[in-house]
Amino acid sequence: MRVRVQEAAFDPGRELAGFARGRHDVGAVVSFTGVVRDTEGTLERMEIEHYPGMTEKAISAIVDEASARWSLLDAMVIHRHGTMAPGEVIMMVATASAHRAEAFASADFLMDYLKSRAPFWKKERRKDGTVWVAAKDEDEAALDRWSR
Amino acid sequence: MIDVLYFAWVRERIGLPKERVETGAATVAELVEELKAREERYAMAFADIASLRVALDQELAEFDAPLAGVREVAFFPPMTGG
Repeated sequence: MRVRVQEAAFDPGRELAGFARGRHDVGAVVSFTGVVRDTEGTLERMEIEHYPGMTEKAISAIVDEASARWSLLDAMVIHRHGTMAPGEVIMMVATASAHRAEAFASADFLMDYLKSRAPFWKKERRKDGTVWVAAKDEDEAALDRWSR
Repeated sequence: MIDVLYFAWVRERIGLPKERVETGAATVAELVEELKAREERYAMAFADIASLRVALDQELAEFDAPLAGVREVAFFPPMTGG
């Protein structure tokens, strides 16, 4: 299990190529990559603030929870902070298991929890001003489907 | 003495990322009331507690949580990771 919080850009393809490599018990690898989106063509850059210390702990706790729920053979979370341009990779998640259902479900779970339980805050610098991205009610509601 | 940290727009409204606070507050809510009474910028930042989250020693907590033994309190808006 690996958790990395960093300012530097990374290549998700390269990270994925090295993930769970050489393991013969892994039958399924699922990955998700989050990218800075600019649907309206007005975003100049995205700034991501985080809480050093808590960020790593919170992500590790989320990964531990996923490992307790599914038979994960490996999991990886890389999340950037700092300034990013539209099109740049923000973060990635990868999960590995024997069968696909567990890899899909755990990756989905990790993303739902990273979205609203890992201490990151996004700020958009737009041509017409600067706004903190507001958390969505649906992001909070998404966590309910995992309650057991 | 307790370290109080602010993130995102809470940090911007208060105008600093971190400060040491001498407090006799028993709970987070009491600490918030003390801070609000200090200056207008604190009152503004803590005007709507429902729109804020709190972490005690880097673990998410509730506003009625006790402060005994806590070294670090952080206030911030709902998180927007991923």
